Amino acid sequence: MTAKRSSPISTAILLVGAGYCLLPVLWVLIASSKSGTELFSTFTFAPSTHLFGNLADLTQYRGGLFWRWMANTALYAGAGGLLSTIVSAAAGYGLAKYSFAGKQGIFNVLLAGVLVPSVVLAVPQYLLLAKLGLTNTYWAVLLPSIISPYGIYLARIYAAAAVPDDVVEAARTDGAGDFRIFRSIASPLMAPGLVTVFLFQFVAIWNNFLLPYIMLGDDKLFPLTVGLSGLLNQGASQPSLYTSVITGSLLSILPLLALFLTLQRYWKVDLAAGAVKT
Amino acid sequence: MSSSSIRRRSVAPYAFLAPAVLLFGAFLALPIGYAVYLSLRTVKVRGLGLGKGSREQVWAGLSNYSKAMTDPDFAASVLRVAAYGVLVVPAMLGFALLFALLLDSPRARATKFARLAIFLPYAVPAVISSLLWGFLYLPSVSPLYYVFGKVGWEVPSVLGSGSVIYAVANIAVWGGLGFNMVVIYTALKAIPTEIYEAAKLDGCGEISIAWRIKVPVVLPSLIMTFVFSLIATLQVFAEPVTLRPLTNTISSTWTPLMKVYRDAFTRDDLHSAAATSVILAVATFVLSFGFLRLVQNRAFSQEN
Repeated sequence: MTAKRSSPISTAILLVGAGYCLLPVLWVLIASSKSGTELFSTFTFAPSTHLFGNLADLTQYRGGLFWRWMANTALYAGAGGLLSTIVSAAAGYGLAKYSFAGKQGIFNVLLAGVLVPSVVLAVPQYLLLAKLGLTNTYWAVLLPSIISPYGIYLARIYAAAAVPDDVVEAARTDGAGDFRIFRSIASPLMAPGLVTVFLFQFVAIWNNFLLPYIMLGDDKLFPLTVGLSGLLNQGASQPSLYTSVITGSLLSILPLLALFLTLQRYWKVDLAAGAVKT
Repeated sequence: MSSSSIRRRSVAPYAFLAPAVLLFGAFLALPIGYAVYLSLRTVKVRGLGLGKGSREQVWAGLSNYSKAMTDPDFAASVLRVAAYGVLVVPAMLGFALLFALLLDSPRARATKFARLAIFLPYAVPAVISSLLWGFLYLPSVSPLYYVFGKVGWEVPSVLGSGSVIYAVANIAVWGGLGFNMVVIYTALKAIPTEIYEAAKLDGCGEISIAWRIKVPVVLPSLIMTFVFSLIATLQVFAEPVTLRPLTNTISSTWTPLMKVYRDAFTRDDLHSAAATSVILAVATFVLSFGFLRLVQNRAFSQEN
């Protein structure tokens, strides 16, 4: 570190921002330790001792339905994110390493998908999947989550930067097929970038509300977002559920927090990379 | 090389792209086309509308569109979202830029902690953040109301009809601030530090370096974050839907997307819902492309 004067004002502003961002998280941590009556009677940030009772209540709610929501969310985000990464990696590699008729056209159409608002898709996606009898199944949430125009865009950039042409050529001269080159040579080279693609899609699916809200009617298939939103709705007439809603909220953000803290170095977001060059 | 490898090479890229193109067609292109088709159709009811064959789908021209455009609920929701966007986007991006610049400044301390803390809300789904803030807004829970109560002030609820829009805007700013900050910060990190050394030799202070060098360099990132924030703002849905049980000031058509949902699933009026969503999509496109165009023209005029 070079000796530089520190500026207390800069540090103070940053800490105020950090405090603002931590406030609700800190609150949910404390509130989940309160009993139903303490929630509305004791001071906001005064912790209590009912955390385990609240956890037990939440676990007992309709035979462990909450944990089923948690497992569903992990399935939607995990499987959806993985499939999405594979599809994006293949498409990005194809776009970066081959020249073929219609390449620019396909890329432009795929990229335009980034700007398509989900509002225009939600209702017709529901109707089309209803025709196939797939609404109210896992597929209804999983299938539309696989395509990610932004993931393809990122994968193209990573493939162009991380996979040298002469390596591909050398493998080809050794008699390796296109698919094998992609699987055994290009994919490992692209891996750090693909982790970022996976994380983005994982978080997007984990946080999604509109799609599962529209597609699902059976609460056994709900992800956490739809499940907890419904639980809050019931809480309006049954305030005893509020503690379960709050404890559930805390549990639902823990997995993503863990993911963030362990994979910090992959959170480099270069939205404008390449976007201004074309 | 045999001719088979050339042929194989020409097929390979299409094979790599096939899954993406198929999924794109099935879950983006087809639904868009279907929404446009539905928006031009309507259900005609013969007689009392009972029995088989008394309801049939017919072409409706643009009548769904004129119906949607003249619906006072729609106009109100559009105005509300416009006001909401004016609140959210500048506040969110302004603070994101400020924090990114401070993180990048060599004179700020505790930057690692602050970066993590400010990015944290990105890990919280909009539904959960609305839920957390929703409770914090309740006078019996909020620490601010606790203080107001001790002091003896009578402060109306944040979730009252006049201020509920600020309450929702705060949730969106809280949720989006960190992500945008990281986008801008990543762009700042890509600037070679030699530029700053030269500027410092010329006698530039930290603030003028930030304003004259850093901001112009990260402008492309700012533009992209602006466009994405705009798209997200127009589609605000999860936050107000989650807050609804806690207040009676959020109607079922509070935002345009909530109206689409109500028309489609509560009223079973798919054709109105489709027309409204097409209008929203077109508006989003016009706004985001228009903005990009405007920005590009200015960038080119600077080049010449």
